[in-house]
Amino acid sequence: MLASPKTPRWIKAEREGIHLPTTDWWIDPSRPAANALVTHGHADHARGGHGQVWATGATRDIIALRYGTLTGGRGLDYNEPLDIGDCITATFVPAGHVLGSAQILLERHGERIIVTGDYKRRPDPTCVPFQPTPCDILITEATFALPIFTHPPIEREIARLLAAREANPQRSLLIGAYALGKAQRVIAELRRAGYHETIWLHGAMVAMCELYERCGIELGPLAPVSEASRDVLKGQIIVCPPSSLNSAWARRLPDPINAMASGWMRVRQRAVQRNVELPLIISDHCDWNELTGTILELSPEETWITHGREDALLHWCALHQLRARALDLVGREEDDTG
Amino acid sequence: MERFARLLTDLIYTRSRNSKLALLADYLRTAPDPDRGWALAGLTGQLNFPSVKAGIVRDLIKERVDPVLFALSRDFVGDTAETVSLLWPAPPGPVPPSPTVSEAVALLSAATRATAKPVVAGLLDRLDEDGRFALLKLATGALRIGVSARLAKTAFAQAFSVQLDDVEEIWHALRPPYTDLFSWASGAAAKPDITSRPVFRPFMLANPLEDAVLDLADYAAEWKWDGIRIQIVHASGETRLFSRGGEDITASFPDIARVFAHEGVLDGELLVRGAAQGGEAGGAASFNALQQRLGRKVVTANLQAEYPAFVRLYDVLFDRGEDLRRLPWSDRRVRLENLVSQLNPGAFDISALIEAGDFDELADLRAAARETDIEGLMLKRRDSPYEAGRKAGLWYKWKREPLTADCVMMYAQRGSGKRSSFYSDYTFGCWTAPEAEGGVLLPVGKAYSGFSDEELRWLDGFVRKHTVNRFGPVREVEKSLVLEVAFDAVNASTRHKSGIAMRFPRISRIRRDKPASEADEIRTLRGMIASDPGSAASSIEARPGD
Repeated sequence: MLASPKTPRWIKAEREGIHLPTTDWWIDPSRPAANALVTHGHADHARGGHGQVWATGATRDIIALRYGTLTGGRGLDYNEPLDIGDCITATFVPAGHVLGSAQILLERHGERIIVTGDYKRRPDPTCVPFQPTPCDILITEATFALPIFTHPPIEREIARLLAAREANPQRSLLIGAYALGKAQRVIAELRRAGYHETIWLHGAMVAMCELYERCGIELGPLAPVSEASRDVLKGQIIVCPPSSLNSAWARRLPDPINAMASGWMRVRQRAVQRNVELPLIISDHCDWNELTGTILELSPEETWITHGREDALLHWCALHQLRARALDLVGREEDDTG
Repeated sequence: MERFARLLTDLIYTRSRNSKLALLADYLRTAPDPDRGWALAGLTGQLNFPSVKAGIVRDLIKERVDPVLFALSRDFVGDTAETVSLLWPAPPGPVPPSPTVSEAVALLSAATRATAKPVVAGLLDRLDEDGRFALLKLATGALRIGVSARLAKTAFAQAFSVQLDDVEEIWHALRPPYTDLFSWASGAAAKPDITSRPVFRPFMLANPLEDAVLDLADYAAEWKWDGIRIQIVHASGETRLFSRGGEDITASFPDIARVFAHEGVLDGELLVRGAAQGGEAGGAASFNALQQRLGRKVVTANLQAEYPAFVRLYDVLFDRGEDLRRLPWSDRRVRLENLVSQLNPGAFDISALIEAGDFDELADLRAAARETDIEGLMLKRRDSPYEAGRKAGLWYKWKREPLTADCVMMYAQRGSGKRSSFYSDYTFGCWTAPEAEGGVLLPVGKAYSGFSDEELRWLDGFVRKHTVNRFGPVREVEKSLVLEVAFDAVNASTRHKSGIAMRFPRISRIRRDKPASEADEIRTLRGMIASDPGSAASSIEARPGD
């Protein structure tokens, strides 16, 4: 392991999140903070109860939808710098993860730190693409940081989905997809592949899809499942939260084919454990090659690795003689947002 | 190989038994010969390539992928074949045509120790991800994809509309790629005749009794002997001993095979002479003593003299070419009693029936079984035919109550297969002395069963939240969780620091209510060691029970 360069005193990794001690601002804190910079709207990054929430406008809309209220702070545009005190500016930079998602660029006296939040490098019709930003310290996610994770092209997975629908006209096709981001991306990709029929939604999906449409993301004809009779749903595509696969709710559907859209579906037993018949490897995170490629591309002085399989990425950095260390953040175990 | 690979992948993602049967039957009906026969051999665990070991596959991948990254990946995936199939780098240049199942089997069979590595690598280079997975599963044995040999045979019977019992009956006389089996099933040839061959017949097995009360007018009771269940067969001048799974173990017991020349098929327990189970009169040595005879390349005369083996007979399936399996148990028992008097008394005796007035009296006898170190009782329906497998209501095993101890979870490891990603294998310990007096915890065993799926999720969460240290795939946890562990016996062991080894340990309860300091001490476990002279020499590994 290489010796660590001097870590700037104005940033500190705590178990509760990234802390800027000189101004007492936090990034994605897991417990209530007076001033929180939030990278994106997923629950493990955007907790409730903060005093002032600083995020992109879309992310703030998402938080308001999920938690009911959002008072302090304000929405920022991508690449609009925000002075947060102690000569530190914070700038939201597109992360390509979900609608509104951002990396946070922190600058102070010429020192540049990027907190990626969650990010991906693949094109996604529902959000602004990742913007590579040179930095001294890269604080990267590591959700899929194992070399077994190489995500196939999304076109291939969408084609498998449509082929399964074609082959089973008597069955419904139920896709478990995280309600924020994954669901809308799958719908948008289905449209791009030429599927223009109504896509049916679990009740928990409706409001978020409406929010996406208000933000100008076109999702085509959508309707709640509750409006359809059992017969109408034969041969139809339905999107639900992953937790609703195999639930009592799913029993009303005509013999559903359980599909799930997640990077974890790369591993057979992960699909089997969730009773998934049609695993779709569709992820809103980087795969291994993209994570390591981004580190090489940005070539930071040092890489800090947050939640995920940090041990593998740390080892890869050591093999490539790149300075790195793993952070120990709480509450970021494997989840459905993959 | 593509079709077989697709079959495996589809089977993995298919839950319902009927859908699995349909997938298998369709493949077996329509895939070409001899591919389907080799595939059937793979599905039933009958393929063995002695030169192709799992170590070779690990070596190959470590030449291509950093070993640490491989180990982390393997730990995450929980299956070596799948991990390698995902990590294998595609060779440069155009992809060569993929091998058929038969070609792959031929290449793997012809491989020697020296050529196994390039042969396997060459095959992997010609396959895609699913193909590599299928090849590695075939090449290294157990498929573990949720398809039992029984299910595969059931699918075969379904595919060709033949009787499963007929398939089971001739199965063990046939060899991959089962050309004669397919010819018979598809109507192109007569059923292979096996009556005059020394082949394995499927065992009849017992179900646990649970809480049932039986009428002894309908059921006969015997002791449950703790040895190896075997079938001994003599036909056409040849004698064979088969274990539970049909494995030929004749070579390990020449002393038995040599003295058996009665044309027929008998069912019994292989034991070593001694008094550990059941005392001096009519007893037997512990399973430990028998273990000394197992897995040896050469069975010396000394070994045979020191651990003299014998067979305690339970049943008779065939007698001089006559199939007795449809007769009621009571009739077979009479035949067996007559037959045993003609056998070498040094090598064969009969499992005595237990006389009990009623079920309560039998329960008392079972309760006393621990004192005589007998594993429990067997109950057999007097009118039961000899049926392959575990038929409900015919035979029961009624084991003695397990022992229990309160232990503290110390380490955890991820499981494999269905439990990949879950921390499901727990090492637990007991105190060397009370904690207040400076006692420390020493590991006393490891268990990976006994809990429900819901408890597993809770235990997994506990491990993740209370990890204090990581050693590769092993997590050390905060020593705060008490697990009540059930086990069948305790043996002295020089292999473990605690000096003891548990037999069949499993988690019986999670004791969230109990502080770790109140867990048991090791000396409590030592007090449970069975009075068995044979057990000090080695420890016991878990083995599949009856």
